[in-house]
Amino acid sequence: MSSIVCKDLCKTFQQGEEIITGLDHVSIEIDAGDFVCLSGPSGSGKTTLLNAMGGLDTPDSGRIRVGNTQVDELGKGPLADMRLHKIGFVFQAYNLIPVLTARENVEFVMQVRGEPAQERSQRSHQILKEVGLEGMEDRRPAQLSGGQQQRVAVARAIVSKPTLVLADEPTANLDSVTAGQLMDLFVELNQNHNITFVIATHDTRVMAYARRLIKMRDGKIISDEKQQQPQIED
Amino acid sequence: MNILPLKAMFMLAWRNLWRNHRRTTIMLAAITVGVWAMIFMTALMRGMVDDMLLNGIRSLPGEVQIHHPAYRDDPSINNSIAAPDEELLKALQIPQVTAWTSRVRVPAVISSERDTRGVVLLGIEPDSEVQVSFDADTIYEGRFLEDSSDRGLVIGAKMADHLETDLGKRVVVMSQDPDNNIADRGFRIVGIYKAKLASLEETYIYAGRDTVQKLLKLGDNVSEIAITSEDYRNVDNWYPRIKQAAGEGVETLPWYEVDTYLGSMLAMMDGFVLVWIIIVFLALSFGLVNTLVMAVFERVREIGLMQALGMRPSTILYQILMESLLLLLIGLLLGNILAVGTVIPLQAGIDISIVAEGMEMMGTSSMLYPALKLNDMIMANVIVIVLGLLTSILPAWRAASYDPIEALNKT
Ligand SMILES: Nc1ncnc2c1ncn2[C@@H]1O[C@H](COP(=O)(O)OP(=O)(O)OP(=O)(O)O)[C@@H](O)[C@H]1O
Ligand SMILES: [Mg+2]
Repeated sequence: MSSIVCKDLCKTFQQGEEIITGLDHVSIEIDAGDFVCLSGPSGSGKTTLLNAMGGLDTPDSGRIRVGNTQVDELGKGPLADMRLHKIGFVFQAYNLIPVLTARENVEFVMQVRGEPAQERSQRSHQILKEVGLEGMEDRRPAQLSGGQQQRVAVARAIVSKPTLVLADEPTANLDSVTAGQLMDLFVELNQNHNITFVIATHDTRVMAYARRLIKMRDGKIISDEKQQQPQIED
Repeated sequence: MNILPLKAMFMLAWRNLWRNHRRTTIMLAAITVGVWAMIFMTALMRGMVDDMLLNGIRSLPGEVQIHHPAYRDDPSINNSIAAPDEELLKALQIPQVTAWTSRVRVPAVISSERDTRGVVLLGIEPDSEVQVSFDADTIYEGRFLEDSSDRGLVIGAKMADHLETDLGKRVVVMSQDPDNNIADRGFRIVGIYKAKLASLEETYIYAGRDTVQKLLKLGDNVSEIAITSEDYRNVDNWYPRIKQAAGEGVETLPWYEVDTYLGSMLAMMDGFVLVWIIIVFLALSFGLVNTLVMAVFERVREIGLMQALGMRPSTILYQILMESLLLLLIGLLLGNILAVGTVIPLQAGIDISIVAEGMEMMGTSSMLYPALKLNDMIMANVIVIVLGLLTSILPAWRAASYDPIEALNKT
């Protein structure tokens, strides 16, 4: 069964006089449990597509279904609920709440979901360890490097094992060792927990991990290939 | 429900509040001073009005009075009532009644060898009168009456001046008995009192009740029975009980009906206090709204992030309101402490004699006793919280209605 079905998505932005194309008749189906990379030059519409899938942005036309939910029919509140309960987000630029520590940032969404305190602290501790931030749990974002902040965001996105993770440049700001570890973690979660991943990236190292590689340009999908995903060694 | 638990909301609000130390401190100082001004000024106003009212009430009425039905129109000796019967005596035992007394009260003329003046002659029972109205400390020469059959007379200092008489001198007091015959008697002045209001000193002269009853051939009859309680504001709670016991034949009235001027004064004061509190609040609300608008504006991206992660707009709204509530509560706490802390040392009285010249005619004395009322404090606090939250809804609503993507991409 498909995890995501997008049909004929169009989105334009108005910037002054100019009309900018974000998405140009994009149709795509992503299977549950797949590991998809969106690549393409800057401005090609990757973020716009991710936002549409995540119910953050409404396309001008077209239909989106995520799981059993017809996203384009939902109102603000139910959309927020869907994001909260089904999707883990890693945003491209701004990810963390400045007044909260790394651990609190990770626990934040769990708290909003109403998960019990003990489970929260156990899981947040575990996940921060997995992304290599052991010992930095109590630092605030300002006391972390860009890469460390990115890893906190990743930890938050995957801590509750959502059905879908939408990650926008998750390896930006990461050195290649950490980037590799992070991708290993993604693949592990993908294979063992059947979490669907859609990752927008410029990073060829990231693309290498994909089972399906979609290339975009000017708001259109220009290629869509299946490829061999490397097995992770423990 | 995707609502952040209260504890987490509180923590987030607390940290956000202290992100901008200076702004929060200034706002807290403003709320503190505002709340202080509300409560402190209210206490002063209340003190002033209490003083006026108590002077009014104590300058004879008593909080509840029992009279002959015709007495208020014609306060003559003919309109007297019998001493309290057993039923009334029993009713006067209720705990709300702190003291009661009965008086003979008649118009009279007092003469010394120098001058003659019209006065109100009071035949009193000194022990209970002291508890109801007369302050024995105001006797500044001689002594107060010792018992109901005391044969002495106590007059005011101003009256002594007018009559050019003095302690130990004799004066003649003249009135009418129920048969309209002149009744007069010589009295020796045993005490001279000073009242807060000069007009009282010129109006009232005191003699023993039995002595006056004999002089006027009244038997056991009195002109009025006066009753006091802990708090004159609460008379409505207990006076119907007295009224019932006193029966239909007499008129039992609370002070605000005996003296409608005093009653309307109190009602007006309540309104005035409310207006004052609201005016101070309005001044505060500008600062409060500004603080929140700034706080929201600075955090557009993070509010966008919270929404993107799945916090509902309503949760954002509550979050901002929580911040406002926290700010208000801390400010209120400090303001209340400051108000109580400044009023209590002043409760011994503030000497306002320099500014109070001429205020006497309004019924105030030259000492001002601030009166901190729990009700006023509660009112100030409730108004600040309720109106404070209401004015915070606007900036909170703005924050809640951001579009998450636009907010996230704001630079
Ligand atoms: N809010 C917006 N207002 C105006 N134009 C926008 C807005 N968001 C995106 N665009 C435009 O839409 C196009 C697609 O943007 P998008 O962010 O999806 O690109 P991208 O592939 O994610 O690029 P990058 O790799 O740089 O992140 C771009 O030309 C961009 O300028
Ligand atoms: Mg992008």
